[in-house]
Amino acid sequence: MAILVDENTKVIVQGITGFQGRFQTKRMLDYGTKIVGGVSPGKGGEDVFGIPVFNTVEEAVEETGANTSIIYVPAKFAYDAVLEAVDSELDLVVCVTEGIPLYDEMKIHLRLESSTTMLLGPNCPGVISPGKSKVGLLPDRSFTPGRLGIVSRSGTLTYQISESLTMAGIGQSTVVGIGGDPMPGLAFRDVLQMFDEDDETDTVLLIGEIGGSAEEEAAEYIATKMSKPVVGYIAGITAPPGKRMGHAGAIIEGGRGTAESKIEALRGVGVLVAQSLHEVVGAVRKIMCW
Amino acid sequence: MRLHEYQAKKIFSEHGIPVPRGRLAETPEEVREIAEELGGVVVVKAQVLVGGRGKAGGIKRAESPDEAERIAEKLIGSYIKGHKVEKVLVEEALNVQEEYYVGYVIDKGRKRPALILSKKGGMNVEEIAEKYPEEMLKIYIDPLWGLQDYQVRKTLFRAEFSSSEVSEFLKIVKNLCKIALKFEAELTEINPLVLTDTGFVAADARLNIDDNSLYRHPELLKLRDATEVDELEREAILKGLNYVKIEGDIGIVANGAGLAMATMDLIRLMGGRPANFLDTGGGLADPQKMKMCLEHVVKDENVKVVFVNIFAEITRCEKVAEGIILAMQNTGRVPHVIKLVGTNEELGKQLLKEYAEKTGAEIYLVDSIEEGAKKAVEIAGGI
Repeated sequence: MAILVDENTKVIVQGITGFQGRFQTKRMLDYGTKIVGGVSPGKGGEDVFGIPVFNTVEEAVEETGANTSIIYVPAKFAYDAVLEAVDSELDLVVCVTEGIPLYDEMKIHLRLESSTTMLLGPNCPGVISPGKSKVGLLPDRSFTPGRLGIVSRSGTLTYQISESLTMAGIGQSTVVGIGGDPMPGLAFRDVLQMFDEDDETDTVLLIGEIGGSAEEEAAEYIATKMSKPVVGYIAGITAPPGKRMGHAGAIIEGGRGTAESKIEALRGVGVLVAQSLHEVVGAVRKIMCW
Repeated sequence: MRLHEYQAKKIFSEHGIPVPRGRLAETPEEVREIAEELGGVVVVKAQVLVGGRGKAGGIKRAESPDEAERIAEKLIGSYIKGHKVEKVLVEEALNVQEEYYVGYVIDKGRKRPALILSKKGGMNVEEIAEKYPEEMLKIYIDPLWGLQDYQVRKTLFRAEFSSSEVSEFLKIVKNLCKIALKFEAELTEINPLVLTDTGFVAADARLNIDDNSLYRHPELLKLRDATEVDELEREAILKGLNYVKIEGDIGIVANGAGLAMATMDLIRLMGGRPANFLDTGGGLADPQKMKMCLEHVVKDENVKVVFVNIFAEITRCEKVAEGIILAMQNTGRVPHVIKLVGTNEELGKQLLKEYAEKTGAEIYLVDSIEEGAKKAVEIAGGI
C-alpha cells in the first residue's frame, strides 16, 4: 500500500522541458517512478528522455491515463499550472515551486475546496514510497523500504534524519514533505490520517518547525483520532521571535508558533518528542522496537 | 515588505481613507516649519519599522513649534529598539473622541483574509484579543469576491454599533480591503482609527506587502527601505540570502531552513551560542554562492568559528568544497567545522583536506552533526 504514491502511480511532469523539470524527470525515472508524460505549452509532440510532451494537462491525461502531476514551473506561472491540474481531476498534484504569491495560493485553495484533487506543497520536496515510487526531489540514498511513515515541513532536514534512520536499519513506508509554506495543501493531520489507515505503516515520525499552528492541530488529531504511535521533532527552539527563518511559514509572531508550544502540545498527547536532532533515531527505535 | 507609516498613509489617503494633515521631515528646522504651518500643536512620530514605537518613546506630542523642534532634536538620529531614526512625520494633533481598531490579516488556517474590528483601539491586537476577546469582531473575506457590505453591517449591528457608526465604518473598511486586495497585503492596520469632530481619521497606518507578489507591484518595490533590519541583514537581503543575526559567536551555514534551525538548536543544546541563521537555499552548484554565504557570516566580528552543514542532494560536493576553499582565502581568520554529505562526498572532502594540508587552514571535517556541533562549541569556548 504505502500512501499517496506507489508502483501504480502514473505521473506527468508540468514544466518538463525546463532545466529543473528535465533534471528531476531523469532522477525520478532512474528511481523507477512511472512517468508517463510531460506538459509544456507549445512543445507538444517533442519528447524528454523518451517521455512524450503535451501542450496541455488535459491532453496528457487523456493520452496517458495519468493520475498524478508534479509541477516544476516558476512561481509566476504556478497558479495557472495548479489550476490546470485540478481541472483535469488528478488524484494528487505535487507543487515543488517556491515563492508563490499569497493571494494566488488563497485562490488555489478556494478552487481545491470544490475538488477531490489533493495538493502537496507548494514549496515542498514531494513524496517517496521507498522502492516503489518517488514524486519529488528527495535524494534516493536517504531512504530504504520499511514501516516508518515520515511527514515533515522541511527538505534537507528530512533527508538528514531519514539517512540516519536508514543507516540505523529503520526503513520507511512513505516519506511526505508537506513544505514550508504557511498555507500548505495537505497538512500534518491529513497525512497522519493516511498513515493511520495504511497497513504498511506501524509508526509515524512528525518533523515540525516553528511558525503557524499545524503541529498543535496535529496534536489535537493525535489525541482524538490516531491509533498508531507518533514520534516528533521540532526545529527552531532557539529561533528569535519576529524573524523569519527561511521558510515563509517559519516565524514566531505575537508569541505564537514557538517550538515550546508545539513540543508541549505533542507531549501532552503522548507523542515522544526528541529533544534534538541526534536523539531522533533513538526515539524512533524506542517506539518501534518496543 | 513593511511600509513606513508615512508611505502607508499616502496610499490610504489616495484610496479614500482620511489621515491627519502632516508632512515628513529630516531636520529639527523642518519640523518647526511644519508645526507652524499646522497651527502649533502637533505629534512628532519617528519613522522606524518596529512594533511598540510609541511605548519606546518614538511618538511625542508638542504643544508649540518650539517644543516640536526640541523633540525633533532629540529624536532624529537617536535609536529606537536598535533602529536609527532618520525621518519623522509631523502631524496635527487630533481631537480624539473615540479610538477603534481596524486590522486586516491573512488567516493562514482558514486560508483567507480576515477583517478584525474592535472598539478597543490604541493597543496592539494581541492585547485586545487577550483582554477583550468578545470585543474582537472578525469578518472573513472571500479572496475572489472581496468584502461585501452586508458582512460589515451584520457584524456591526449585532455588536450594537450605531447607524452612523456603521455607515462611517463601512466606508473606511471597504477602502482598506480594496487597498489590501490591490497591493496584496499580508497585513494592514489602522490603530487607532480615531473618531474626531469631523469624522474618522486613521491616526496610524500599517501596511505589509507579501514579498512573493512584489514583482506585480513595481511601484511599491521603489519604496523599499531596508532600515527595518540589522546592517548585516540588510546586506543579506540585497544579496538574496536567508540570513538572521543572533547574538552569539558560532556562525552557521546550512542548506535548508529546517536543517539550519536544527543545527542552531543543537549548538545551543550543547552549550554554544549561534551567531546567526543562514540558509543557503539552492544554487550551490556555483561555488560563488557558498563563497558569498561564508563571507557574509564571517563579516560578523563576533564569529569565532563557522559550522558548515550541507546535505548536497542535487549539488555535487566538490562544487560545495570549491566554494568553501574560495571563501576561506578571505574567511580563514576563523576555523571552519564542515559536515558534507551527498553526491561525490569523498571527492569534496578530499579537496578540503588537500587545501588544509597545503595552506594550514583550520578545517575540521566531521561525520555527524553532533560531532560538528561539539567541535564548534569547543572551539568557540576555547578562544
